[in-house]
Amino acid sequence: MSSLSSLFNSSVGKKFAMGITGLFLVSFLVVHCAINALIFVNDGGETFNRAAHFMSTNILIRTMEVVLFLGIIWHIVQALVLTGANQKARPVKYAAPNTGSGSAWYSRWMGLLGTLILIFLILHLRHFWVESRFTGLHVPAMIIDGVPHDNLFAEMKSVFASGWVVVVYILGMISLAYHLLHGFQSAFQSLGINHKTYTPVIKNVGIAFSVIIPLVFALMPAAFYFGMIE
Amino acid sequence: MNITIKVWRQKSNTSPGEFKMYSLSDVSPDMSFLEMFDVLNEQLVRKGEDPVAFDHDCREGICGMCSMVINGQPHGPLRGVTTCQLHMRSFNDGDTIVVEPWRAAAFPVLKDLIVDRTGFDRIMSTGGFVSVNTGNAQDANTLLVPKPDADEAFGAAACIGCGACVAACKNASAMLFVAAKVSQLALLPQGKVEAKSRAERMVAQMDDEGFGNCTNTYACEAECPKEISVEHIARMNREYLKAKLG
Ligand code: HEM
Ligand code: FES
Repeated sequence: MSSLSSLFNSSVGKKFAMGITGLFLVSFLVVHCAINALIFVNDGGETFNRAAHFMSTNILIRTMEVVLFLGIIWHIVQALVLTGANQKARPVKYAAPNTGSGSAWYSRWMGLLGTLILIFLILHLRHFWVESRFTGLHVPAMIIDGVPHDNLFAEMKSVFASGWVVVVYILGMISLAYHLLHGFQSAFQSLGINHKTYTPVIKNVGIAFSVIIPLVFALMPAAFYFGMIE
Repeated sequence: MNITIKVWRQKSNTSPGEFKMYSLSDVSPDMSFLEMFDVLNEQLVRKGEDPVAFDHDCREGICGMCSMVINGQPHGPLRGVTTCQLHMRSFNDGDTIVVEPWRAAAFPVLKDLIVDRTGFDRIMSTGGFVSVNTGNAQDANTLLVPKPDADEAFGAAACIGCGACVAACKNASAMLFVAAKVSQLALLPQGKVEAKSRAERMVAQMDDEGFGNCTNTYACEAECPKEISVEHIARMNREYLKAKLG
């Protein structure tokens, strides 16, 4: 235990925690994106509402929801601790402007990108999660095979009727894309995985992931707004 | 060449510092960057002023002393080159060159461009060595080391401990330096014996010194005059996690 607590108090251990929680959030994005993409079936939301109903009633998924929240909180707390310590490590800044030119700008601005994601996340949870779990949706249930299903499809349609909400969602996804562009490969390095053959593969998968997932997500509000799905 | 140098002047560790501008004419393009400073200092001494203090020793790229951030880049604009091996031909006539010390809480400025890098020595003294008896050259040669491992270890051993990785990193992290030392020894049979305690102790000392945390921006690798690879950082993470979890 003492070696475990000293692990998470060390610089390497904190980055290990960032990497593990980051990859866990990445795995969540895959599931979330795949389920939501069912709106593109364009059947008035029946397929999507069925899937959402399964997710909200399945005990395993509900348990994972708790783990997910713990993971996000750990990721954010660790990010704040790291960013704070890192700012203290250079009290006097350089006068010349191009320091850090050997690195990508989004690698240097992970804290800011993460904060933008967090702002998006709060709005996003307010739009859908709070409604479906606590306050109830604005829209009537959809009856499928005689069973009432929360009509999250209709809820999305009403939320994404607003232009500024669509813009904020798209900006949120751009932030996510850049966050992942650094984060995906960085997580492996933090876990100690760097290999002459596999690391180039990880980097390329990371780039593809960082583009495809946020793009598919961003298409959802846009498609509703422009009436491409009914 | 005519050059203007905007350089950080600071009398001591406790006094505040400021930038001062100096003009130099007739600078030869074949001078090294340090020789340009020698010329400047001769002029200052002749005028009865305090010369600019800077660290240097070998002037051939092997000791790691010549620490300067030149126009925002540790060791200046060239890749894989130390300040002492940089020449004025890498600049243009009429340029203003900004020269600053390494900036890090763990590397306090002693005077002008000289910073205190004994933090690196303290890290080394916690584990950057092998204490097993390795015998004579003849005995060492009976220990077979696979060529790829020897090459990797040699790549790490090229580190001259100059601290450019710290200076370049936005977090003033010393990970590339410590990783080079941990990795070099972890790859060789003589070093494997103490691999666990070495990784634990060197990382602990690194954290105590007040260096920042690595966020994998890889600016260190880009600025390292010996082009040490960040693969060594992953190996150190691995060694450390193995020591703590295994
Ligand atoms: C869906 C949401 C998120 C995902 C998928 C995600 C993913 C990741 C990944 C994979 C990493 C790389 C880990 C590493 O470098 O070892 C990372 C790092 C980081 N994340 Fe996130 N993150 C998310 C949300 C956030 C939020 C909300 C914040 C902040 C408020 C944040 C702040 C950071 C910071 C500061 C880093 C550190 C960069 C580094 O140490 O290299 N992230 N994230
Ligand atoms: S003076 Fe020795 S490396 Fe530059």
